[in-house]
Amino acid sequence: MSPTTAGILFILSLIAFLVLTHRPLGDYMYRVYSGARHLGIERVIYRLIGVRPDAEQRWSVYARSLLAFSAISILFLYGLQRLQDKLFLSLGMAPVTDHVAWNTAVSFVTNTNWQSYSGESTMGHLVQMAGLAVQNFVSAAVGMAVAIALVRGFARRRTEELGNFWVDLVRGSVRILLPIAFVGALALVAGGLVQNFAAPHDVTTLTGGTQAITGGPVASQEIIKELGTNGGGFYNTNSAHPFENAVSWTNWLEIAAILVIPFALPRTFGRMVGDRRQGYAITAVMATLALISVALLTSLELAHGGTVPQATGAAMEGKEVRFGVADSAAFAAATTLTSTGAVDSFHDSYTALGGMITMFNMMLGEVAPGGVGAGLYGMLVLAVITVFVAGLMVGRTPEYLGKKIGAREIKLASMYFLVTPVLVLTGTAFAMGSPEQRASMLNTGPHGFSEVLYAFTSASNNNGSAFGGLTVNTPWYDVALGLCMALGRFLPIVFVLALAGSLARQSPVPASAGTLPTHRPQFVGMVVGVTLILVALTFLPALALGPLAEGIH
Amino acid sequence: MSSQTLQAPGRTPAPKGGRVGGGLLDPRQLVRSLPAAFAKLNPVTLWRNPVMFIVEIGAVFATVLAITEPSFFAWAVVVWLWLTVVFANLAEAVAEGRGKAQAATLRAAKRDTVARRIRGDWRPGSAVPALEDVGAPELAQGDFVVVEAGEVIPGDGDVVEGIASVDESAITGESAPVIRESGGDRSAVTGGTKVLSDRIVVRITQRPGESFIDRMIALVEGANRQKTPNEIALNILLAALTIIFLVATATMQPMAIYAKAENPGVLDSLALTADGVTGIVLVSLLVCLIPTTIGALLSAIGIAGMDRLVQRNVLAMSGRAVEAAGDVGTLLLDKTGTITLGNRQASEFVPAPGVPVEELAAAAQLSSLADETPEGRSIVVYAKEAYGLRERQPGELAHAEWVPFTAQTRMSGVEVDGRQVRKGAATAVMKWVRDNGGHPTDEVGAIVDAVSGSGGTPLVVGEITDGRARVLGVIHLKDVVKQGMRERFDEMRRMGIRTVMITGDNPLTARAIADEAGVDDFLAEATPEDKLALIRKEQEGGRLVAMTGDGTNDAPALAQADVGVAMNTGTSAAKEAGNMVDLDSNPTKLIEIVEIGKQLLITRGALTTFSIANDIAKYFAIIPAMFAAVYPGLEALNVMRLASPQSAILSAVIFNAIVIVALIPLALRGVRYRPSSASKLLGRNLCLYGLGGIVVPFAGIKFIDLLVQFLPGMS
Repeated sequence: MSPTTAGILFILSLIAFLVLTHRPLGDYMYRVYSGARHLGIERVIYRLIGVRPDAEQRWSVYARSLLAFSAISILFLYGLQRLQDKLFLSLGMAPVTDHVAWNTAVSFVTNTNWQSYSGESTMGHLVQMAGLAVQNFVSAAVGMAVAIALVRGFARRRTEELGNFWVDLVRGSVRILLPIAFVGALALVAGGLVQNFAAPHDVTTLTGGTQAITGGPVASQEIIKELGTNGGGFYNTNSAHPFENAVSWTNWLEIAAILVIPFALPRTFGRMVGDRRQGYAITAVMATLALISVALLTSLELAHGGTVPQATGAAMEGKEVRFGVADSAAFAAATTLTSTGAVDSFHDSYTALGGMITMFNMMLGEVAPGGVGAGLYGMLVLAVITVFVAGLMVGRTPEYLGKKIGAREIKLASMYFLVTPVLVLTGTAFAMGSPEQRASMLNTGPHGFSEVLYAFTSASNNNGSAFGGLTVNTPWYDVALGLCMALGRFLPIVFVLALAGSLARQSPVPASAGTLPTHRPQFVGMVVGVTLILVALTFLPALALGPLAEGIH
Repeated sequence: MSSQTLQAPGRTPAPKGGRVGGGLLDPRQLVRSLPAAFAKLNPVTLWRNPVMFIVEIGAVFATVLAITEPSFFAWAVVVWLWLTVVFANLAEAVAEGRGKAQAATLRAAKRDTVARRIRGDWRPGSAVPALEDVGAPELAQGDFVVVEAGEVIPGDGDVVEGIASVDESAITGESAPVIRESGGDRSAVTGGTKVLSDRIVVRITQRPGESFIDRMIALVEGANRQKTPNEIALNILLAALTIIFLVATATMQPMAIYAKAENPGVLDSLALTADGVTGIVLVSLLVCLIPTTIGALLSAIGIAGMDRLVQRNVLAMSGRAVEAAGDVGTLLLDKTGTITLGNRQASEFVPAPGVPVEELAAAAQLSSLADETPEGRSIVVYAKEAYGLRERQPGELAHAEWVPFTAQTRMSGVEVDGRQVRKGAATAVMKWVRDNGGHPTDEVGAIVDAVSGSGGTPLVVGEITDGRARVLGVIHLKDVVKQGMRERFDEMRRMGIRTVMITGDNPLTARAIADEAGVDDFLAEATPEDKLALIRKEQEGGRLVAMTGDGTNDAPALAQADVGVAMNTGTSAAKEAGNMVDLDSNPTKLIEIVEIGKQLLITRGALTTFSIANDIAKYFAIIPAMFAAVYPGLEALNVMRLASPQSAILSAVIFNAIVIVALIPLALRGVRYRPSSASKLLGRNLCLYGLGGIVVPFAGIKFIDLLVQFLPGMS
């Protein structure tokens, strides 16, 4: 079987898996977020944190709860890292330096999981489990809660109420993420991932030196890292490490875990707004963008231009032999199309244009299918912008799902859309304008520039993957990228919740023949087009000076 | 003042029943508007258009750069940047210019008249005490003025005494005089119109300086024009796009400096130096990227939309109302005058058994010769058209004795040569026949019921000849639905608009007419309260409602409706309550108003799409021009094979400016609108303005480059 055929089969089997899970998981999540019943364990949690689970919140209260929860999480995570040597299970690791601790705390709370440290030599088991793994669950649940709140904005009429943040947070963690992660972790252990509390083994390497091999609760962290589109690896080499990603089929399972919730959420959306076709349309937009991206990335990597790849027969630099080019490219596409940022190969070593695709995936705003929750709300905001332009072209005040897109809605959608490009471009410009920060680049020329552009794109879009080739554990990068992550996460969330509040207040306009249908291929094509064009127009000058300059000959 | 002089400058008569079209753009108008366009360069006024304001700042910046480091290329770009702003102002000036021409004719009507005000307390009906002469502007609300033949009415008001024929051509453009009388729904008079006959007493209802004509002038001039909700939303989106491109352009500079520093062997050029991209090129890129096309034309589109209504003799009191017209989900249409011709007409003669239809026709005609009601006339006309019966003048039958209609007898007719003919209400004529010894058969009753059942009005014709009374048959009077209404309503349905017919008829008749006209629903035996309730119900369901009305009792419904079109013949109360006034008083125009509203929004959406789609080609022109020197691979992006970096940048800037002028006619006329489903409309507009917007600039920039490359300093 040629690598191309194998690659196509790999991708087709993933698609088949997603088609199969789309419906049951989407319906299950619909029931989770719409049901009135509370589980016993949930009641206990509500009592502990002092929340009345049946009290609904206005958008501003919802947003305040979310921000308070995230702020406390950041403080807690920062403290845990700084004090790890005083606590147990530290494996004798020193306290994490202040700027790395800040960066890491923000990174995991924002579902980014950008790592300016190497996991096995910085974080003890306690930080990994009580700090990072917990955030892997709750930061994902926060993303889903925001998406559900926005969907409620569309589905509800004439109300100020968007649900209860605490209930959505707890239900998402307890009923969706935990059970799937539990089963997934067992599967990964079966695939050869480690799960222990063993102290580091000292082994003698072939060259005669000694190396400490750290074990740990890897499989349990690995599964939620993918399922919650987090991406923060237990080990520095992330999913390229055999303890994190052992064989070809664990690689497949990890990609499947990355995509399963983001692709099922549109179904939940369709159920909640009472029109499944709307959910299918959103899925179709996501799938179209994802397929274009995967096809381009895989073919660019398989085409392996350049002297060395020509000689060796494949663009294998930075890729694991046990995965091969096609499976690595599929992982790279999945991780950048979502907000995961886990890697099983090194994007810095991809072909110039292949590397550009991974960047472009993130620049899309990670909406195809995007992070858990974040992908859906990002896509719905893009749909709102599309509806606005398209709606004018059919001669009516634009409306989406019966809700009018007026000045307030378009203002919030525009501000949402502005945040990440502004962060990416200004961050990159600052870094490129400063000789000290340029010194962090390991490469010169356009490739060096790509490394910086990638870092800011990844942080601002809450992806967390690194191109590599850039020394980022400096105070400047830790602080700057930390700010990008925080602003890139919470500003859009506030705008989305405000949008949800504004939509929920409206009473819907009944659909008629004069209403723009938002479930047809025409609309799907238009959202795809608007997304691609807006992103291309925003980032083309930057991409021209980086990967395009390097890749076009 | 003759109506011809009024018609001349811009107010072309409305194309009756035609599609939404628009006035053509006269090239001379462009030239005439140039001074106004230059005046609008004033930043104090320009800042209200953020996109063009940024272009102006860029132009100023580029001018400074061109002065400090002059080159032909720099000056060429500077000139075209300024032209971009001027062209945008020109679009607005042309749109406003058309309104100004109309305002001028209105001002002519608003000359200072002297009013003859009644002094002291006066009540209608009592003798008029002394009069005093005051200037029209001094009139206050509630004053009474006397206007006689040949005088101009000094202000808006209601006739409280008398009846007069009034020439309203000053505002309607219609030269035929109209009747205005006290009481009822024809009591409103407008200041500036002229009394042709008789004498009336008018109670002034306007506040000084707020007359109908004052408001009209303000409207057509676009003075204190407020942005409409969709326009505000679109402006926000355009501002956001502008910010993105501003950031994208500004942040490019450190990246460019780095790129240049990495390639020390590359010489400085007019586009890229060691200090980064040159200011001129940076401004050029920014201006090309921000949505200047739609930014330049946005306000012209809005003004032209109002203007298109004015051309159809409709005055919208706010732009908001015009936009709401495009969103209308339910149209309430009065049956009489809108859906049907004003009166019922004879449509069939149904003879009683044993009576030849010609005999019935002849009797029906005979009995109606002296009947001057529209129904009576229609019987004579129908008899002539269907049976070739010559119309006889009543005078020809000198010895005939005409029996007029009375409310008691409920029939009319004639006695001639001993023969008596009667036509009238079924029960009345049948009773008359029976009283005279006749025996109307059951079949006649069946015919009468059949006519009623089909929504028509039966008139029975009976006669007494030689002492024998009998029923000859039944005249079927029916409401005649205007031609083309069914097609219109089908179109409405395709546009997703529900049509509801409002009538005072009984449900049976209403249903028959509703079915024939093809409306979606009807409201029979409608009272003003029913109308108001129906509007509220539709609005509850989230639909916008449009209606027309003229009477004082329509005022609450007009005010409640989202689009309330008052007839100019209506009362002042109705005109105050509505948000539009139709000077032609043609209720069918509601349909055109909806189309104009839609066209306004479509034009904005189409040009926005076009504007954004244009950017793709501009990138392909400018990016290789800036960076191909340092990264030769980027020359591959120069798919248009433009001659040189300078000519590429200049061509993009020139295209960007010229496209504004080229689209002014489209902005003023509005994009073509044909009623169809949203899906079809979108498909068509996407192809035209989306795909077109991507393709056209590639061709345009290439073409301009072919010319520009021969200028000095372009290689």
